[in-house]
Amino acid sequence: MFKFFAITAGVLILAGGSYCASAQTKPAAKPKTSSSIPAATMQRGKVVYESECLSCHQANGQGVQRMNPPLVKTKYVLGDKKTIITVVVQGLDKPVEINGETYENVMPAHPNLTDQQIADVLTYVRNSFGNKASAISAADVKSVKAKIK
Amino acid sequence: MKPFTKILFVASFVALSTFTACAGDTTQMKKPSGQLLPDVDNAGLKLPAGFGALVVTDKLPAARHIVVNANGDIYVKLEKLKDGSGIYRLRDTNGDGKADEMKGFGNYIGTGIAIKNGYLYASSNQEIFRYKLNDKNEVANTSAPEKIVTGLWDHHQHSSKSITLDNNGNIYVNIGAPSNACQVKDRTKGSPGQDPCPILDSAGGIWQFKADQMNQSYAQGVRYCTGIRNIVGLDWNNETNDLYAMQHGRDDLHRLFDSMYTDEQSSVLPAEEMFRVKKGSNFGWPYCYYDQFQNKKLLNPEYGGDSKKQDRCANVDQPIYAFPGHLAPNGLLFYTGSMFPEKYKNGAFIAFHGSWNRAPKPQAGFFVVFVPFKNGMPDSNWEVFADGFAGTEENRSSGNAKHRPCGLAQGPDGSLYVTDDAGGTVYRIVFKKS
Repeated sequence: MFKFFAITAGVLILAGGSYCASAQTKPAAKPKTSSSIPAATMQRGKVVYESECLSCHQANGQGVQRMNPPLVKTKYVLGDKKTIITVVVQGLDKPVEINGETYENVMPAHPNLTDQQIADVLTYVRNSFGNKASAISAADVKSVKAKIK
Repeated sequence: MKPFTKILFVASFVALSTFTACAGDTTQMKKPSGQLLPDVDNAGLKLPAGFGALVVTDKLPAARHIVVNANGDIYVKLEKLKDGSGIYRLRDTNGDGKADEMKGFGNYIGTGIAIKNGYLYASSNQEIFRYKLNDKNEVANTSAPEKIVTGLWDHHQHSSKSITLDNNGNIYVNIGAPSNACQVKDRTKGSPGQDPCPILDSAGGIWQFKADQMNQSYAQGVRYCTGIRNIVGLDWNNETNDLYAMQHGRDDLHRLFDSMYTDEQSSVLPAEEMFRVKKGSNFGWPYCYYDQFQNKKLLNPEYGGDSKKQDRCANVDQPIYAFPGHLAPNGLLFYTGSMFPEKYKNGAFIAFHGSWNRAPKPQAGFFVVFVPFKNGMPDSNWEVFADGFAGTEENRSSGNAKHRPCGLAQGPDGSLYVTDDAGGTVYRIVFKKS
C-alpha cells in the first residue's frame, strides 16, 4: 500500500513538474486533468479535507473497513459531478457498496461549508490519492443545490 | 493441562527447536503432525516470554466471535458469508492445532456465538438462534435452529449483536445505538443532541432474554442496562456472577467541536470504558462521556458540555476501567483456564480491533491486552499481551492493518483463541513453559 501511494505521489509530482516545464511553451495543449488544477485550489481543498473529511476517510482517502467508504477510484467520486456534490450537500444515511464491500456509517450533511469550499474539497478529492477527474466549480455546486431544494 | 501432557508438550517443543536450529530454513519445515506446537514465527505475533501462537486457519472472511466446545470443536461467526455459510465449525483431527475439517452452516451473517447447557447460540444483526447439541456434542441439525429472539434494531451503524449467557437461563445481547451522540442529524456539525434521546427505548443498551423461549422481542425482553453507545465485547463472569462489557466511546470531538478539543485530545478522548453491569445500570450515553485524564464522566458538548462540566453526569454509573480512546474493544474474555501462569487466572483479555477515529494522529490498537483482576475488579495496569496483528508500523499508523483482532475464546485445555475479521485468521495462543 505504502509503495503504491509513494509511486502514485511520485507520478503526480513528476506530472506536475513536467506540466510546469511545458506550460511555458504550450499551455493550451493540456487537457483539464489533475495537472491543470491550480495549486491554490488544491491547497484550499486540502484544508477543507483535513477539517471535514479526514477523520473518517483517512489521510490516504482509503476509508475504513466496512464503515467509511474509500474515495480512491470509485464511481461515486470520479463519476457524474452531481452525485458527489449531492452526497456532500445532503449527506448519505444508507449503506453503499463499493467493490463488493458494504460501508455502513452515516455521511453527515455539510451545511457549514460554502459552495466554494465544497467545490474546492471535491476538486481536491477528485485529483488526490491517485484520482484524476475534472474540477468542480462553485457554480456546479450552486446548480446542484438549486435542484435539491 | 495434565502434568504428563505438559511434559510431552515441552519436550516436543525443545525437540523442534533443536531440529529447526540444525535445519536452517525454518519456514520450509513441516511440523510433525499430532503435536500441538506454535508456528515457527508464532503466527507473526509478539507475545510474552513462554507463549507461542499458531494459525488454526486463515480462510474465514470477517471472522467475528468464536467459541470452543468441550470436545475442542471451534465455532466461528462470520460477518460475510463464505460459500453461503455464516457459521463455521473447525475441527482439528490430528492434535496439531490446525483446522483439518471446516464445515459451514447458517445462511446469515452476524457476530455473536456462544455455547451453554447443550446448545450453540448464534446471532444475526436482528435475531438470536440456537442449535441443540447431540450426545456427541455436535450440532444435531444445522439447518433447523430455533429462533429465540427476533426483531432487534438493525439500522446499519453499530448493528452487530454480541451474546453471552448467565447461569440462570438468561441470554444477554447488546443493541448498539445507530448513532454517534444522538444528534438530531447524526455526526453533523451544529446539530444538537436530542434530549431525551429516543434511541434509548430500543437500543443503546444490553437486553436480557430467556435462553429457552421462542420468538421473543422487545416486549418479552428486559432492558438490563442503558446509556451505552455500542458494545461488541461482553462476557459473563462466573466468578462474580456479573455481566461485564466494553463500550466503544463516541467519535469526532475535534471535528465537531474544534474550539473545545484539539485533534491531539480528540485522538485519545473519550475513554473506551469497561463496565461491570448491574440490572438497571445507566452509563450515561449520549449525554455523558468518560475523560480518563480527569477521571470522571463529563457532559457531551452536544448537550452543553465544555470539556469540563459534569452536570447530570455526576450521578451516572462509572466504568471500572478506562482505556485510551477509539481502540475499539471487540472481544472480552475472563480467563479461567489452567494452561497460562497464575496471574492470568480470572483476569480479562480484551481484543482491540484498532482505531480509525484518531486521524490525523497515528491509529492505534490492533492488539490483545490483559488486565489482572482480583475479586472481580481490575487489580493493576493493563498490558499488551499479543501484538503484531497490523503487520508493519506503517500499516498500524495508517489503519490499514493486515489483521484486526475481534473475538476471543478459551479452549478446554486453556489455549486462548483470537479471531481476525480483516485477514480471516483464527489464532491459537498457548503457553509452552512451566
